[in-house]
Amino acid sequence: MKVFVCISHVPDTTSKINFTENASEFDKTGVQFVINPYDEFALARAMWLKEKQGASITVISVGDASVESSLRKSLAIGADDAIRIDADPTDGLFVAQQLAAVLKEHACDLILTGRESIDYNGAMVPGMLATLLDWNFVNACVGLEIENQTATALKEIDGGTETLSATLPLVVAGQKGMVEEKDLRIPNMRGIMMARKKPLTVLAPIAIESSTHANRFEKPAAKSACKLVDASDVDGLIALLHKEAKVI
Amino acid sequence: MSVVVYAETSEGNFKNTALEAVSYGKKVAEQMDLPLIALTVNATNPAELSRYGADKIVKINHVDLNSFNAKIFAGIVHQVAERENATVVVVDSSSNGLYLAPILAIKLSAGYASNVVAAPSSIHPFVIKRKAFSNKAFNHTEIKSDIKLIGLAKNSFGVFENPTTANEEDFSPEICSSELRSTAINKASGNVSIADADVVVSGGRGLKGPENWGLIEELAAVLGAATACSKPVSDMGWRPHGEHVGQTGKPVASNLYIAIGISGAIQHLAGVNASKVKVVINTDPEAPFFKAADYGIVGDAFEVVPKLIEKLRDFKAQNS
Repeated sequence: MKVFVCISHVPDTTSKINFTENASEFDKTGVQFVINPYDEFALARAMWLKEKQGASITVISVGDASVESSLRKSLAIGADDAIRIDADPTDGLFVAQQLAAVLKEHACDLILTGRESIDYNGAMVPGMLATLLDWNFVNACVGLEIENQTATALKEIDGGTETLSATLPLVVAGQKGMVEEKDLRIPNMRGIMMARKKPLTVLAPIAIESSTHANRFEKPAAKSACKLVDASDVDGLIALLHKEAKVI
Repeated sequence: MSVVVYAETSEGNFKNTALEAVSYGKKVAEQMDLPLIALTVNATNPAELSRYGADKIVKINHVDLNSFNAKIFAGIVHQVAERENATVVVVDSSSNGLYLAPILAIKLSAGYASNVVAAPSSIHPFVIKRKAFSNKAFNHTEIKSDIKLIGLAKNSFGVFENPTTANEEDFSPEICSSELRSTAINKASGNVSIADADVVVSGGRGLKGPENWGLIEELAAVLGAATACSKPVSDMGWRPHGEHVGQTGKPVASNLYIAIGISGAIQHLAGVNASKVKVVINTDPEAPFFKAADYGIVGDAFEVVPKLIEKLRDFKAQNS
């Protein structure tokens, strides 16, 4: 079984979010980039499929050379090889189209990725990629088993879960539950050494005209200070929630 | 040309997010001087949408559409958008909305903006405001394609009445096949889901153990709220993973979020800060949540929460 894991290279959750002078771009200065946390669940599930069912794993990302640190980390965790599509992503559709162009040229049974990335939170790429490839698609996956080319996926729905079944090929957008937090992988020294020798192929992008453009960024208005109520005065809190906030 | 809104139903009834999407669609339709078409699937009372500004209601009724399939539903919205010559299509951010929108974007060749929080600031060019960086920033995005697809963030625009006299029209779409089979649905009955809740009551490590969750459940019951928890609580197995809210857990965008014994790690705040009003109850006045909250009580949950439950019961009795 051939598994592709799509990796997004994103600012660490604890990063301060700032923008360049005219607010047209995200300011990367001093920001630590990591593998998108949702994609980590996908990669960890792919590793499970590799170790238990002999799958081979290719990790793929769209971005400039800086994303290679996340690809190398994925190789150190245990992916077999990596592909970087050398383009500056402009929006979700752009990324999905770049990935689809490469995936159409490769044998692949299963594409795993995160439900959304924590930078633009678009939640677009997995569904778009599946549709471009005309494959089945499971979103918000919290459990995945593969047996004889048939996938059984547990999907989160509002207020519960749904069990879905499909034959491969399949695109799965995952989140916590696909593996547990404790089963996420941290590269060991041997993995890091081996990753250096694993192939990382850089591909030229296809020409695409983006259908959206991020014009300008803005930070939320400064929040007013928290109003503290004395622990003995829960009536005071209820009054504030009723009269001022009007939420009860 | 028109603005088309897909108004999702749950067991035949419109969800609040669907009414919000229709209210939003009306605003956009007014800005563009276009009619607002609302699309319903197996709705019990489609006419309800005329109260929120729909000029025409396209009704689809089919027994095969009682359960949701993203590809099939995206195909249906696509057909209605083409039939109505839609220039803007609006969907909500329910789990079904998020599932079908990317598929629909490809089918429509539409530029898609998700997490949209406001009506367009300009129509030519078409610019909308959306959330980014886990609610730590906004982004003004221009959609350049002829057809524009908008995913409206939950609880961002509001529900507004705007009574119209809507025409109703039945439509029988082609229903495409899907190899994705639904074999089981498991929904906890009787509980309010976090996604649909106006109020969410959430507990953290400060509650000291799963045996104390009666406090959270009781408070939630008084408020008609959903129960939730922080990541450590679900990791330790005190509560099921489905209750974990925050980054990598469920996102919360409720009207009121009450955090009890939760310190407010940045990952937690990233997932809940879209809520309108946040209340924190914590013994530690230095807990980061106090910086993110609107109202706070520095105090012991085991003393404060029982009093709060009692007083809220009195309040509800007087105000209902």
